[in-house]
Amino acid sequence: MRKFVADFTVTDNIALNANYFLLKLTSVEKLPEMLPGQFVEVKVDGSPTTFLRRPISINNIIEERNELWLLIQTIGDGTRTLSALKSGDLLNLILPLGNSFTLPENPSKSVLLIGGGVGTAPMLFWGKYLKNRGFEPNFLLGARSSKDLLQLEEFDKYGTVFTTTEDGSAGEKGFVTQHTILQTKSFDFIYTCGPKPMMLAVAVYAKSKNISCEVSLENTMACGFGVCLCCVENTINGNVCVCTEGPIFNINELKWQI
Amino acid sequence: MADLRVKIGGLDLKNPIMTASGTFGFGEEFNDFFDISKLGGYVVKGTTFEPRQGNAYPRMAETPAGMLNAVGLQNKGVHYFADVIYPRIKDIDSHLVVNVNGSTIEDYIKCTEKVAELERVTAIELNISCPNVKQGGMSFGVCATSASEVVKAVRKVYSKTLIVKLSPNVTDITEIARAAEAEGADSVSLINTLLGMAIDVEKRRPLLSTVTGGLSGPCVKPVALAMVWKTAKAVKIPVVGMGGIMDWKDAVEFLLAGASAVQVGTANFIDPTVCLKIIDGLNDYLDRHNYSSVNEIIGAIGV
Ligand SMILES: Cc1cc2nc3c(=O)[nH]c(=O)nc-3n(C[C@H](O)[C@H](O)[C@H](O)COP(=O)(O)OP(=O)(O)OC[C@H]3O[C@@H](n4cnc5c(N)ncnc54)[C@H](O)[C@@H]3O)c2cc1C
Ligand SMILES: Cc1cc2nc3c(=O)[nH]c(=O)nc-3n(C[C@H](O)[C@H](O)[C@H](O)COP(=O)(O)O)c2cc1C
Ligand code: FES
Repeated sequence: MRKFVADFTVTDNIALNANYFLLKLTSVEKLPEMLPGQFVEVKVDGSPTTFLRRPISINNIIEERNELWLLIQTIGDGTRTLSALKSGDLLNLILPLGNSFTLPENPSKSVLLIGGGVGTAPMLFWGKYLKNRGFEPNFLLGARSSKDLLQLEEFDKYGTVFTTTEDGSAGEKGFVTQHTILQTKSFDFIYTCGPKPMMLAVAVYAKSKNISCEVSLENTMACGFGVCLCCVENTINGNVCVCTEGPIFNINELKWQI
Repeated sequence: MADLRVKIGGLDLKNPIMTASGTFGFGEEFNDFFDISKLGGYVVKGTTFEPRQGNAYPRMAETPAGMLNAVGLQNKGVHYFADVIYPRIKDIDSHLVVNVNGSTIEDYIKCTEKVAELERVTAIELNISCPNVKQGGMSFGVCATSASEVVKAVRKVYSKTLIVKLSPNVTDITEIARAAEAEGADSVSLINTLLGMAIDVEKRRPLLSTVTGGLSGPCVKPVALAMVWKTAKAVKIPVVGMGGIMDWKDAVEFLLAGASAVQVGTANFIDPTVCLKIIDGLNDYLDRHNYSSVNEIIGAIGV
């Protein structure tokens, strides 16, 4: 897929809670084709301590409005600087980067998309993409507490939503991997993005049930397009770049202790 | 429009802007972003005779105005380069330079011999910063004796342009540069990355798997510039300058300090089209100051 470096205009910056914000971006040019699971590299201007670009997943694409959404958690100086962007500001992106989730051949297959924390970001675009192709996706979204469960009304549009919170303020209390649907329903495909311990637990579950499972990795990156070799994951094929061969990997390719 | 052509050994570069090894892949990764035949030259990824897996993750840490890397020369070996990559990139109308690495002198020689067979590779850049396994892992580039030894051995088997890339992690870089010149190098390029380190205070652990790594980016520029200036005065062969070049102004500084060409490294990660902007900016600068050729500004600081 052809990659671009381009300026985007911020059309909206919505604070979803104290730590998360949603950037809506548009461009004069028609958005290039992008696939669920892919990410962009954002240039952060105005933060003296932020030197490199920041990798951020594609949260949603609204073709009718030529709009691209990024869901961002404020972690450090780079993301904090981005959180202060205002409508009309310009943002330089490299996109689209990385591979994408694998579309099952048959829409009758039951698919489960598990997101934890900011790992829910790519699941919205993926869920919408699946829905548009005749799938009935199930979403299992986990967060610390109810105020950290984001974009639920958006997820509702594309499938059935299940939630867990660590404090029990919404959905089932506990971690995503403790949710009862994992025992009561059966799935053909699981896709997950979130903190590594969560993805590892999901991978263990999927493997024990013999369910095909893909995870989205967040290794630290310098370039994002395959030239620095800094982002490698040790896989059954040796060290491979997460930014080009990933960020999506089937768990069978990884050398995790599953 | 000033004349941007410069000469490095046997290479006639259409302009003095090249890309630095390890920051530009094999060039083809940039095809979507710009026409890389606009470059004076491009140095591809560090290549060794045998394939190498490189170091364990994490290999990168961002630092103030720069980054540390510990890639460890991950590459598929010179035969893979020759058989698979080279046919894809050989027809690009620019100078293709291979960065040659080794952990023994024999490795350097074998790698160079294979590269020498490739007609469209017009020069090699010999990276002497690699650890010498027979000398307890100390880099070839840290002392004049071991630097001379490897340059001499490679010079014997390589008749095209030989650029020797110097490590800045030495007491006196001009001494190593003179040693390379004495053994027949056509040019020296500098600087490679500076030894650096970063620590995660919460975890009380180093941020790189290898503890220390190589520092690059704008934070190293003043150090690099001083080394280029000193080296350009110490040798007669052309110097290729690099270290923290982010824009045309940085590039002009290196040329004024005495570099005949420059390489752009880490900046490619932040703006993949930066080299084009540097070429344009250099051209504007020369026009603005009524220079007819870029050669007029090389070393032109009157000291
Ligand atoms: C492919 C990919 C997709 C991503 N998608 C998203 C997304 O959609 N939304 C989003 O908010 N974030 C996403 N991230 C993570 C995001 O890139 C980082 O949170 C961001 O770079 C932090 O930048 P900063 O300057 O704010 O923090 P920094 O100052 O760089 O870091 C602050 C602290 O956070 C830690 N940290 C930095 N990056 C990460 C990380 N990736 N995971 C855990 N800890 C980290 C650092 O070690 C440091 O201690 C993604 C990362 C990757 C690789
Ligand atoms: C990720 C990375 C990988 C590198 N790999 C090599 C290499 O294989 N061989 C080499 O001679 N230099 C290598 N370098 C050093 C650069 O070519 C250059 O000398 C250095 O980064 C300074 O320039 P800069 O500040 O413009 O990046 C690497 C640098 C980086 C950042
Ligand atoms: S981040 Fe540079 S190769 Fe992946």
